[in-house]
Amino acid sequence: MAAMKNCHNDYKMKFSVDEEFPDLSQHNNHMAKALTKEIYAKLRSKSTPSGFTVDDVIQTGVDNPGHPFIMTVGCVAGDEESYEVFKELLDPIISDRHGGYKPTDKHKTDLNFENLKGGDDLDPNYVLSSRVRTGRSIKGFTLPPHNSRGERRGIEKLSIEALSSLDGEFKGKYYPLNGMSDAEQEQLIADHFLFDKPVSPLLTCAGMARDWPDGRGIWHNDNKTFLVWVNEEDHLRVISMQKGGNMKEVFRRFCVGLQKIEEIFKKHNHGFMWNEHLGYILTCPSNLGTGLRGGVHVKLAKLSTHPKFEEILTRLRLQKRGTGGVDTASVGGVFDISNADRLGSSEVEQVQLVVDGVKLMVEMEKKLEKGESIDGMIPAQK
Amino acid sequence: MSGSFRRLISSRSTAVLLASLGAGTMATGVLLNENSSLAAEAKKKLYPPSSDYPDLRKHNNCMASALTPAVYAKLRDKVTPNNWTLDQCIQTGVDNPGHPFIKTVGCVAGDEESYEVFAELFDPVIKDRHNGYDPRTMKHPTDLDASKITHGIFDENYVLSSRVRTGRSIRGLSLPPACSRAERREVERVAVTALAGLKGDLAGHYYSLGDMTEKEQQQLIDDHFLFDKPVSPLLTCAFMARDWPDARGIWHNNDKTFLIWINEEDHTRVISMEKGGNMKRVFERFCSGLKQVEHLIQERGWEFMWNERLGYILTCPSNLGTGLRAGVHVRLPKLSKDPRFSKILNNLRLQKRGTGGVDTAATGDTFDISNLDRLGKSEVELVQLVVNGVNYLIECEKKLEKGQDIQVPPPLAQFKK
Repeated sequence: MAAMKNCHNDYKMKFSVDEEFPDLSQHNNHMAKALTKEIYAKLRSKSTPSGFTVDDVIQTGVDNPGHPFIMTVGCVAGDEESYEVFKELLDPIISDRHGGYKPTDKHKTDLNFENLKGGDDLDPNYVLSSRVRTGRSIKGFTLPPHNSRGERRGIEKLSIEALSSLDGEFKGKYYPLNGMSDAEQEQLIADHFLFDKPVSPLLTCAGMARDWPDGRGIWHNDNKTFLVWVNEEDHLRVISMQKGGNMKEVFRRFCVGLQKIEEIFKKHNHGFMWNEHLGYILTCPSNLGTGLRGGVHVKLAKLSTHPKFEEILTRLRLQKRGTGGVDTASVGGVFDISNADRLGSSEVEQVQLVVDGVKLMVEMEKKLEKGESIDGMIPAQK
Repeated sequence: MSGSFRRLISSRSTAVLLASLGAGTMATGVLLNENSSLAAEAKKKLYPPSSDYPDLRKHNNCMASALTPAVYAKLRDKVTPNNWTLDQCIQTGVDNPGHPFIKTVGCVAGDEESYEVFAELFDPVIKDRHNGYDPRTMKHPTDLDASKITHGIFDENYVLSSRVRTGRSIRGLSLPPACSRAERREVERVAVTALAGLKGDLAGHYYSLGDMTEKEQQQLIDDHFLFDKPVSPLLTCAFMARDWPDARGIWHNNDKTFLIWINEEDHTRVISMEKGGNMKRVFERFCSGLKQVEHLIQERGWEFMWNERLGYILTCPSNLGTGLRAGVHVRLPKLSKDPRFSKILNNLRLQKRGTGGVDTAATGDTFDISNLDRLGKSEVELVQLVVNGVNYLIECEKKLEKGQDIQVPPPLAQFKK
């Protein structure tokens, strides 16, 4: 592990701001929009206690200019303190990405599944599956862009201890990426559980694929409805899922499971990273707040071709993806529909939007199938 | 300290706060302490080298063969004067386990001092890669006197083109895995300024990768001069593609026979080439060009990284010494099908590659034939070795054409001890 203070950074201070400032003329990402020479000049001499610097924060955004149509974030945190030490850069990015969220705003956390209304009656003829995921970072360890092998293994060890103590509906097994049998691997692929070494340069340029597959693994319960990824893009990614439209049940299991896991980590004095301004602290600023993506795979063959489809999604505060996840196309009129927001609203509020919005869109789909108009159903902006 | 403490207090979880002040988790509190030397000591106790030692059980590269837990423990907490660490040197070898048949190097230098500070790793890696060359006891000869080359003009019925390449690093600036944007831009400035001073048949023009026009780009592609952002994980995992294409570029002379790559895998890659078989002239231009560039950078107070243990210092240990690869594209339709072909090449200390370069397959009967060795023999020795070897291969081809038999030559000596 490198020296705690980043002395290469001190060495770079020999060069002027102009000499070190990245060329962002071809770039379209949040970091490129926010990073002025003034901000860079102010932040370049700093480092977090673990040695993460502003150049480390922005490397992925420098290496990936982005796309004219898709605005990526272009920066990552290396540890909990990154969001403090590099506030001047990250606050405007957070505001831009999260609908104007201010540095003084407070984020509400609500993992009480009983506060969700409905959600158990989405039509299974249209809603093929339901899923809620989030991420959690473990206090006292640096994040995937920065952590050493020793830290990553420490995270894995703690996670295995926590997860193997779960019982009842949560009883399950851990499969380390390094050392799983061929049979286990094939089963995990068939179940759509297996994650692989990141190939996206957005992640690899941020240093997240180092030492692969050391310290990485997958845990899931025997029922295959609750799944945890260890040391992929975040310390933990927690996923609750099942076939059909009972989002209420998925969310209940999600909340209960998370709570149980958190208790065990706290007992070991390594609770989750959280604060009342940013909610749950994760590697990518886009996942701050709840880090929650609640969604369904839903058949919307007719609605998806309606000229107002995008407008409806925007008003419902939802986003569409292909059934392969982020950056994939839809297959056979089936879309992945999920909440667009992460920060500034609670878990219950975000899942509520999904439940209510999907219910409405399925009704619209049915109307369109009958040849009827949906103009009267178009919602107001939520 | 105060900032982190305030944060702990405002944390929702008082349990975490109390726990982090308790004896059992003193380390956690100390980790958040901004007193860095105290934190560093605590970190060392929490994470001894054994906890950080990479899992190399599936690995087949020179680094994995050389990096024992004892060596790792000794070197993990050392840093070069630019604060480059062992973990950074070996990252590419950890991330790329290698291939059972092809032994890659698996480590890179971040600066000139890496080879000293981490000598306990690099020396055995160098010995492994360079056929037993021992940097602790041996000296590397440098000889760029092209007039010494004999028989350096090949039969053009067989040899289609001739080429010599090497690399040079600018002393005082970090190497591509480690350099900051400012350092990389400085390398570009030093090199481009020097190259602008070349005259006569070496006069030329610089094309910055970020600024070139589409027309220029197409021309460079047609000339086979353009290099692109590295995709090989061997390079990307060694941090060499950062900030692409900032401060990268291609310089070539108007005759298109002398070419410099700037800030790709090394500070500079220098290439002399021509169609046809006049290797002697290619090497003459190579040496003359290199000497002139060296003179031009020295005028401004710069010099190349070099020492008598390791010769020219480059990013990858495989390119130490001369960093020189002299080769030809040669047609060997009959010889290449002879079962003794590989052995002949091996004994002549030559290697074959496809005409696309490293890790490509040959198309038709045309091969890229070049020297295997880089360190322990001088530039003149290596080019002469290629000249002699290629002439021998052509003789074999001619013999086989006439239905005569060929002989496998005896193996060449490694280096003068």
